[in-house]
Amino acid sequence: MSLLEMKHIRKSFDGLEVLKDISISVKEGEILSIIGPSGSGKSTLLRCATMLEKIDGGEISYLGEVAASVKDGKELYVKGEKRKQISSYFGLVFQNFNLFPHYSVMKNITDAPIHVQKRPRAEVYEEARALLKKMGLEDKENAYPCQLSGGQCQRVAIARALALNPKILFFDEPTSALDPELTGEVLRVIKSLADLKITMVIVTHEMAFARDISDRIIFMDKGVVALEGTPQEVFGAEHARMQEFLGKFNA
Amino acid sequence: MGFGQSCLIFALTLLFSLPLGMVVYFGRVSRIKPVSWLVKIYISIMRGTPLMLQLLIWYFGPFYLWKMNIGGYKFTAIILGCSLNYAAYFAEIYRSGIESIPKGQYEAAQLLGYGKSQTFLKIILPQVIKIVLPSVTNEVITLVKDTSLVYSVSYIEMFAVAKQIAAAQTTVLPFVIAGGFYYIFNFVVAWVMELFEKKLDYYH
Repeated sequence: MSLLEMKHIRKSFDGLEVLKDISISVKEGEILSIIGPSGSGKSTLLRCATMLEKIDGGEISYLGEVAASVKDGKELYVKGEKRKQISSYFGLVFQNFNLFPHYSVMKNITDAPIHVQKRPRAEVYEEARALLKKMGLEDKENAYPCQLSGGQCQRVAIARALALNPKILFFDEPTSALDPELTGEVLRVIKSLADLKITMVIVTHEMAFARDISDRIIFMDKGVVALEGTPQEVFGAEHARMQEFLGKFNA
Repeated sequence: MGFGQSCLIFALTLLFSLPLGMVVYFGRVSRIKPVSWLVKIYISIMRGTPLMLQLLIWYFGPFYLWKMNIGGYKFTAIILGCSLNYAAYFAEIYRSGIESIPKGQYEAAQLLGYGKSQTFLKIILPQVIKIVLPSVTNEVITLVKDTSLVYSVSYIEMFAVAKQIAAAQTTVLPFVIAGGFYYIFNFVVAWVMELFEKKLDYYH
């Protein structure tokens, strides 16, 4: 069974169709990268999967449970406890981190597990310290986001998402807001998560990284899946748009 | 001296208008159109007419409209008039603060599973307080001086006392003294607010 299944997703903004009948599925433990030119709908797809945007058509399900669907023009989103449960399956790492500036690093990570998931404080703190260690930030637990570099902020944001133990973690261009010299540290951390067998869907412009880390790559163009396959298949494909896109990176 | 009365009007007005401003804000941004329109009109009247005139209406209005006995009602009318007036200003200050919080904060909270009220109370409100503090300080300082307007309904507080003494002794000294009191009062207010600002200075 697929962990995430998106079928025939449509989404328009003010009459502009951004997603045109897109279907993707993600298996448990899989690492999927989504690449493609700006405006191709990659981020919108993630925002629909995480229910930050409502879909205009199609169906989204997690572990076989329908989270959202549109039938006869009427949208149906799960509500209440069911919504909470399905929402706990996924986490999202934003392009610009969206850390809470008034919370320390530790509180950013631990507040939701303690006050949303109602887990015991001691256990949550212990886990948070282990996560910070993994992120190479063990000495920063009392710092505030404004005292950290962009790369450190993004690593805290990753720890914050992981602290809720999601089954699948989405990354929306996690390094696009960072200076080039800071992207490396964040990409290394994401790579290290791959060893933990966490399911990941990564929207990225880092081609070498995507080729390296992914089990599967989707190339999106103008709101549709233009190409899909293993990194070798996608990067080696004789596909005009794909080659044109890659050409811009190599130039 | 009437200084105590001025302080009392100031304290009670703040006590009521600060939370009331939040209620007015929620009305202002309500999705129920008639509510948001009514609140908009309310804010516009409160800000668009003199507070002194509003106090006269709150005090004498019930008498002219319903022949109500307004004997012991003066203080209530003053607190009502000042609080409703200041709540309108605070509501707009809150609105500017709340609207300046990036959308990403709400989205992050949603992804982490916070409910609507948790998001507002834990994530949004603390950040809003820091942002609006300088504007609130301005408003509070104005309020200290505006307490003198209640002399228009012949309420005896510091300004009215100063006026009486000045008239009786034909001297401006009481005004100077009263001015000194207002100044010291506001000096303390500004100092306290600065302490609050410093306390919230641990992040930006």
